[in-house]
Amino acid sequence: MIDGESASPRVSIGALFRGFLIVGVSGFGGVMPFAHRMLVERRRWLTEREFTEALSLSQFLPGPNIVNLSVIIGRRFQGTAGAIAATVGLLLLPLVIVLVLATLFAQFAYIDAVRGACNGVSAAASGLILSVALKMARPIRRNPRQVTIAAITFAAIALLRLPLLWVLAVLAPISIGLEWWKRS
Amino acid sequence: MINPLLVELALQFLLLSLLSIGGANAIIPEMHLRAVDIKHWMTDADFSQMFALSQAAPGPNVLIVSLIGWKVAGVAGGIVSMLAMCGPSFVLTYQIARAWDRFRDAPLRIAIERGLAPVTVGLILSSGYVLTQTTDHSWLAYVLTAATLAVALITRVHPLWALAVGAALGAAGLV
Repeated sequence: MIDGESASPRVSIGALFRGFLIVGVSGFGGVMPFAHRMLVERRRWLTEREFTEALSLSQFLPGPNIVNLSVIIGRRFQGTAGAIAATVGLLLLPLVIVLVLATLFAQFAYIDAVRGACNGVSAAASGLILSVALKMARPIRRNPRQVTIAAITFAAIALLRLPLLWVLAVLAPISIGLEWWKRS
Repeated sequence: MINPLLVELALQFLLLSLLSIGGANAIIPEMHLRAVDIKHWMTDADFSQMFALSQAAPGPNVLIVSLIGWKVAGVAGGIVSMLAMCGPSFVLTYQIARAWDRFRDAPLRIAIERGLAPVTVGLILSSGYVLTQTTDHSWLAYVLTAATLAVALITRVHPLWALAVGAALGAAGLV
């Protein structure tokens, strides 16, 4: 999907920057649905299928998924400069806004209502992250092998609080090895 | 003279960039472990506040990284942490995207994807668990977390409503 796509539109470096600039400030706690709307529905830079493929690659690799997506899309149209333009566009405004917000917060953190609002947002957002995990678990829930790996990962990270590096260094090769061995 | 905290933040997030399989949401327990338990850069309450701010601000959920950097070393810390978090994964994604056509249907790639999927689920579930442990200190906070979880699973209500309700209840001193 990256190269040799005959029907691909031409997208300039400036357009990549502006497109991802808007995506960056569009959502709260995740902007992927807005990336889909911009790329597929509004600007038609990608077909539905191309978006799904770019998304699956961006989720498969380490790093923030939406940043990976901006790298893949930026590179596809304008190489290295495009990847940089899309990523900087994506992160620039949110970074400025959140740092301004944090500086303001530091001034007003002594007010009980401000700290209380933070607690409320955290509690609700924790529920949202749990819902993301359970939705992601749906495709694997009927596979005892994958459920076991997910459970061991949870026990190691959440309950035993083991360092991520060692947990991944042990579990990722085992899990990939099992899938390789059991492949049909 | 470069602030040694900036160097340390950069080193921490350069590594986490390559460990964040499943994105920024997957490394919340590890960031908590490093920032609160190992480095003592902040308290549980600070971490919880940075998480809340990152969710209340528009933008991708990786913003939590810049807020942790900001808490440790100010605006420069926020920028350095964000660059470090995105740098290695940027290079890796760029290189793999080039070769993706050849590997898309390769059995090894399929095994890697299927093998990493349950690890990612375990990591993000851990994030939700560690966050509730860190942020929920009253029975109403647990109810709010559970209610948000239920609403997000069952309905298609926009997540921002859950955050707004949480902020309102919290500002009223209930959470």
